[in-house]
Amino acid sequence: MNIKTILSALILSFGMGAAAQAAEAGVAIEKQSWSFAGIFGTYDENQLQRGFQVYREVCASCHGARLIAFRNLAEAGGPGFSEEQVKALAAEYEVADPAADGGFRTAVPADRWPSPFATEQDARDANGGALPPDFSVLAKARGVSDPFPFWVFNYFTGYSEGGPDYIHALLTGYHDEVPETAPHNSDGTPFELAEGKYYNDYFPGHAIGMAPPLQDELVTYTVAEGEAEVPLTVDQYATDVAAFMMWMAEPHLAGRKQTGFVVLLFLVIFAGLMYATKRKIWAGIEH
Amino acid sequence: MATQAQHSTTRRDFIFVATGSVAAVGAAATVWPLINQMNPDASTLALASIEFDVSAIPEGQSVTIMWRGLPVFVRHRTPAEIEEAKAVPLSDLKDPATDEQRTKEGHEQWLIMIANCTHLGCVPVGDAGDFDGWFCPCHGSHYDTAGRIRKGPAPTNLVLPPYEFLSDTLVQIG
Amino acid sequence: MSEHSTYTPGNGVEKWLDERLPIIRFSKEHLMDFPTPKNLNYWWTFGAILVMCLGIQIVTGIILAMHYTPHVSMAFDSVEHIRRDVNGGRMIQAFHAVGASMFFAAVYIHIFRGMYFGSYKAPREILWILGVLIFVLMMATAFMGYVLPWGQMSGWAATVITNIFAAIPVIGTPLLELLRGGFSVGNPTLNRFFSLHYLLPFVIAAVVALHIWALHVPGNNNPTGVDVKDSRDTLPFHPYYTMKDAFGMVLFLIPFVWFAFFAPDILGHPDNYIQFSSTVTPAHIVPEWYFLPFYAILRAIDFNILFIDSKLGGVIFFGGSIVILFFLPWLDTSKVRSGNFRPMFKWFYWLFVINFVALTYLGAAPAEGIYVVLAKICTAYYFIHFLIVLPLLSRIETPRPLPTSISESVLSKSHA
Repeated sequence: MNIKTILSALILSFGMGAAAQAAEAGVAIEKQSWSFAGIFGTYDENQLQRGFQVYREVCASCHGARLIAFRNLAEAGGPGFSEEQVKALAAEYEVADPAADGGFRTAVPADRWPSPFATEQDARDANGGALPPDFSVLAKARGVSDPFPFWVFNYFTGYSEGGPDYIHALLTGYHDEVPETAPHNSDGTPFELAEGKYYNDYFPGHAIGMAPPLQDELVTYTVAEGEAEVPLTVDQYATDVAAFMMWMAEPHLAGRKQTGFVVLLFLVIFAGLMYATKRKIWAGIEH
Repeated sequence: MATQAQHSTTRRDFIFVATGSVAAVGAAATVWPLINQMNPDASTLALASIEFDVSAIPEGQSVTIMWRGLPVFVRHRTPAEIEEAKAVPLSDLKDPATDEQRTKEGHEQWLIMIANCTHLGCVPVGDAGDFDGWFCPCHGSHYDTAGRIRKGPAPTNLVLPPYEFLSDTLVQIG
Repeated sequence: MSEHSTYTPGNGVEKWLDERLPIIRFSKEHLMDFPTPKNLNYWWTFGAILVMCLGIQIVTGIILAMHYTPHVSMAFDSVEHIRRDVNGGRMIQAFHAVGASMFFAAVYIHIFRGMYFGSYKAPREILWILGVLIFVLMMATAFMGYVLPWGQMSGWAATVITNIFAAIPVIGTPLLELLRGGFSVGNPTLNRFFSLHYLLPFVIAAVVALHIWALHVPGNNNPTGVDVKDSRDTLPFHPYYTMKDAFGMVLFLIPFVWFAFFAPDILGHPDNYIQFSSTVTPAHIVPEWYFLPFYAILRAIDFNILFIDSKLGGVIFFGGSIVILFFLPWLDTSKVRSGNFRPMFKWFYWLFVINFVALTYLGAAPAEGIYVVLAKICTAYYFIHFLIVLPLLSRIETPRPLPTSISESVLSKSHA
């Protein structure tokens, strides 16, 4: 039977797709173990709630999330807040509404997360000319490039956590001073940081405009009774906020993967039956 | 006879029937999302129910708010208007409804109605018409102080949206 | 091929219809009774798979258009709206985006199958030319579709690719402005791309109909390349090939849904999740993988050729690499169709495949160091294969003896 042909067809198509991503040089990023990786991946509610806390207390003063509505926080597969919690949370914010008195009104769950700055220029002015990117899809706008041949395997493992891996690496990749590992300039002079920039191992070009946003014990997690204590470290904060950002970028990830598993299972069974049907029909025909 | 014929082809038929059934299930499961995507999306559904604080509306005034893309009148009626509405005998009405049926018990001063004329959908003008209620300029329908049709081509009273008072001043529509 | 028809109208209504619009007769002749060589292998199921791909793209595309907003300030967010809020939108969007890649994966296999088995040779030249035309239309459609989400890669792809036309002497710049509807890529560009992206798939469907028509005049080629002699060589299309194709389609859907559900973004680029900004170019811009071989050829010409500057040279080679496909039936003049019976051709064929995959790789590699040299070598081989190797092989190669008929080859295989 010519299953071999089909396999080689698949391999050729994968191969060509795989050839697409040439390796890009960069500092190796350590991959983390995420609850949402893999075929059965789902978000960890507690982690998302912690990540949300970090986002709200640390990041949200500069980084918006314009595609996120308050109601999303109560949706299935997300941080698992209750409708009441979300309503109360929304009520703490004001949103722009041209129809309201004075142009602003109290937010409701249906509203999107209000932007910390009125305009892009305001955001730049407040941050030394650098624009703090919106967080809505940022976790999917960043990635990890694996060297050959490892990226080929990613097509078979479905590796899609490059964004959170990068975010975690970035948040834990700050140095107080330019380290010795810093690359030299092309003319051989040592790396020098411009005014108002910080050295980061993973940021392209290493000079990032964002000051190290996290430090140990910056955010106090409230741990429910009977639950394990969560360390109050930069690494933990970075992991939690990276997971939360992935949820913001892919709020339906868990449902998507569950549906996908059913569809895949269905197709495998269907393919088996199709093959049996095809064999029955071709039985006795020399070909 | 039929049993014999079946017997010789059972296995073959089983595979064909099983394959066909699975294909049909797959087709149905594929078609449904392709149709369902036309239903109101999550951002629309999130606004299907709104809350509105009526406390800012002075007596004798009304505001128009939007609900599910439709204008809704919220009127703070004066005692005189309520009295006028209650005084109308049901026999005078084209679409009989008491004032109690038009409002919520304990909140009679609040009249909340979808602001589209039941004739052809225009938005009637407030504080107008022969019955001190609303008047639709499109085709001349007159509504009274309880939003009931009194004169003109409209067949029924102004429609009441589903709503309830969460507190004395907070109303949830939808 | 009406002589193969066994259709007799079953009742009065069918007879009445048959005399006015013989659609049932036509369907029976072409979709059911059509005599098809009995020895087609699974590479031949890709024709049906491609029809399925086109169907998936059209259906999901029509749905996406119901929710998408073609405006520079709203396009990006409207795609996210589809993913986040529309019922099932995340699946439909993922199927459309992944579907483009799967469509090209299938079309490349289909093309390379045709090249190996000589399916472009007489009397199937028109069939082949229509196929290349479909391929070109697919590229145009995919390119314009990629612009619609209005991410960084979208906008810069639109900028870079429209700039190709600026290389044309004299009319280049006016043509560029005409294509973009402005001096740079902007809202008019997005709007026309949306309009054309919606139109072209239906043009493709029409050319596919011609492609199948042209297929049904001489009938299918087959792995031996030997013409059909009599009815012992063929089987009716239904149920033999309908079921075989259906099996192929279901199998093809497995990697398709794998990507759509478990790694919907892996075939794309992270930068396309950043809204287009005309002031910042991403550090490393690459087209979608299916354009990479041709993109590598475009980039490989970084030197002036006589009076032709490198930019125009790149465009000429880029265009030439596609145009040359139209002439393939007259470049390979060997009378033997199937590569199975051409000992030398076989080697060069696989060299060409490897070369093509290498071009794909090089299209994504940074344009520096060894990659630049390799890209030039691979580009050179691409053209040498068509212009020198194929014509030469036809003259010097001694093919292996062909079976006298399909049924003979089938029998000898099953006894072996």
